[in-house]
Amino acid sequence: MSEKKKKLLEVKHLKQYFNVGKSDLVKAVDDVSFDIYEGETFGLVGESGSGKTTTGRSIIHLYEPTDGEIIFDGQDINKLKTKQEMHAFRREMQMIFQDPYASLNPRMKIKDIVAEGIDIHHLAKNDAERSKMVEDLLEIVGLNKDHSSRYPHEFSGGQRQRIGIARALAVQPKFIIADEPISALDVSIQAQVVNLLKDLQREQGLTYLFIAHDLSMVKYISDRIGVMHYGKLLEVGTSDDVYTKPLHDYTASLISAVPVPDPEFERNRKQIVYDSSQENDDENKPRKMHEITPGHFVRCSEDEVAKYKKRAASYEK
Amino acid sequence: MAERILDVKNLEINFHTYAGDVKAIRDVSFHLDKGETLAIVGESGSGKSVTTKSLMGLLANNAEVVGGSIMYHDQDILKKSEKEMQNIRGKDIAMIFQDPMTSLDPTMKIGQQIAEPLMKHKKMEKKKAWAQALDILKLVGIVNPEKRINEYPHQFSGGMRQRIVIAIALVCYPEILIADEPTTALDVTIQAQILDLMKELQSKIETSIIFITHDLGVVAGMADRVAVMYAGKIVEYGTVDEIFYNPQHPYTWGLLNSMPTLSSTSLEAIPGTPPDLLDPPKGDAFAARSAYAMKIDVEKEPPFFKVSDTHYAATWLLHPDAPKVTPPTEIVRRQKLFAKMSANKSVKA
Repeated sequence: MSEKKKKLLEVKHLKQYFNVGKSDLVKAVDDVSFDIYEGETFGLVGESGSGKTTTGRSIIHLYEPTDGEIIFDGQDINKLKTKQEMHAFRREMQMIFQDPYASLNPRMKIKDIVAEGIDIHHLAKNDAERSKMVEDLLEIVGLNKDHSSRYPHEFSGGQRQRIGIARALAVQPKFIIADEPISALDVSIQAQVVNLLKDLQREQGLTYLFIAHDLSMVKYISDRIGVMHYGKLLEVGTSDDVYTKPLHDYTASLISAVPVPDPEFERNRKQIVYDSSQENDDENKPRKMHEITPGHFVRCSEDEVAKYKKRAASYEK
Repeated sequence: MAERILDVKNLEINFHTYAGDVKAIRDVSFHLDKGETLAIVGESGSGKSVTTKSLMGLLANNAEVVGGSIMYHDQDILKKSEKEMQNIRGKDIAMIFQDPMTSLDPTMKIGQQIAEPLMKHKKMEKKKAWAQALDILKLVGIVNPEKRINEYPHQFSGGMRQRIVIAIALVCYPEILIADEPTTALDVTIQAQILDLMKELQSKIETSIIFITHDLGVVAGMADRVAVMYAGKIVEYGTVDEIFYNPQHPYTWGLLNSMPTLSSTSLEAIPGTPPDLLDPPKGDAFAARSAYAMKIDVEKEPPFFKVSDTHYAATWLLHPDAPKVTPPTEIVRRQKLFAKMSANKSVKA
């Protein structure tokens, strides 16, 4: 399915360590590799501390990676040195943040928040054009254009998240990293924001990296999913494959823990407990990503491939 | 019939603000029986937390109880003085808060924090209280409790802290446990552990639980009965099966419809935002966001219509003269399941 599509982002052996050279070294992201194709949504799930947010931040170059390559649109972003190059890159990739209360400057008017990118990149020739662009953006995200001279505190959480989305769209990016964009919102509002993101993707051909811990929502929005745990990427596949045919024990335990709004299901639910000691790496048997079924990868050693192939086959029966 | 331990009747609470009175709770009634779990579901601002704070006598200073009563056995909680409330709080009615990071005292050993209610309410001496604290730590599944009882909150992970908060709440074996979004701040795998722990402890010490949450998945697993709140009112209540498989109020439909299940391919969002409770709408508060709103919905507030002995919903759609409407596909699917389930049950009976 995805063979013909162009790779927009390639993450290769990304390592992001903190406190390097000190006793409290943290391997927040440890040898993570994945690709994101143009026009798709890649979901990254994991518990807190799994390194999913750090991965997102390394991709948008908020951190200087310890090791590895991040190739965006054919260009290694760690090699962008000049201000102009960085500038051009930032126009292509934007971010939507988790907390709609903390991510908007309370002293700025909505129009100035949304237009900040427009100003920095000189996208508007004059004031009239700038206001027109802001009004169009507000309309796209479903806000009233008369709201542009208000301040963030006058908006609800869902509306603020829409403002954050309008700000990200202002520079016409190709790629958006959405870091837990809905976890601070109410259920009924979550669906609104997710549907908005989907509509925008269809209309503008955007590519998303969707970071979240809410697995059911990630499954709904993503084409492909990566599962992270303790800084390592354990499993990658289409969202259907990962959900209905999980290969890694951790993925299976994570899925078994998701509460489902169905009392009958909940009464019969059996939670799978995951033993993380099986992740301890053996020096002699290095683990890396192996393709078990087409497009479905799991992190394992050569010896374990057979075990996972068997598991994959058991789903086919 | 089970013993009724809590009966809230026609509760009304206003908050005084500079902009005027916010009518946060508008005519809310519900009850709690011994040993059951009642889930109160709603969005932020629907009044679910205010309701439970009033049960604990923990309302903010600008809150005023305008009317109603909260009967705990034969005493009205609303008529208690602060001093009397202190004897009930933590002993008969205990609470677990949402955020385990902020609800523990960072400067006190956890043993001290667990023993405190015993020393205060049961006048236990320190040694005995600590011994009991150790027992309850074992009960909530803390490994190596003899050592950890002398540690401070920062030495525990989020899930472990929530276990400690539960231990504090349960150490006096309260009759009622109020859990206000106890797992929202936790990861799903930890959440599952904490929920299992709560169920297990409930059967051990026979406490009744009021469970506040906006996560319908959690409700499905925990609750015996469910009350759905919207804009300061309860709009529908019933047993967990009735609410999930035979919902009647358009808001309940909307909530169930906007949650992805593991198999869903489309999400129906509820359009718009909840109303401003400074000036609550006259009729059905949900009418402005509902595709099923009728003329009467904006004019007159719907009363509760009876669906079954345990199931009531406040929507004009249940009025005998109302036109027949077809609920969203997902709800129709659920109602078909309900028909099948009740057919099975009647066969058994």
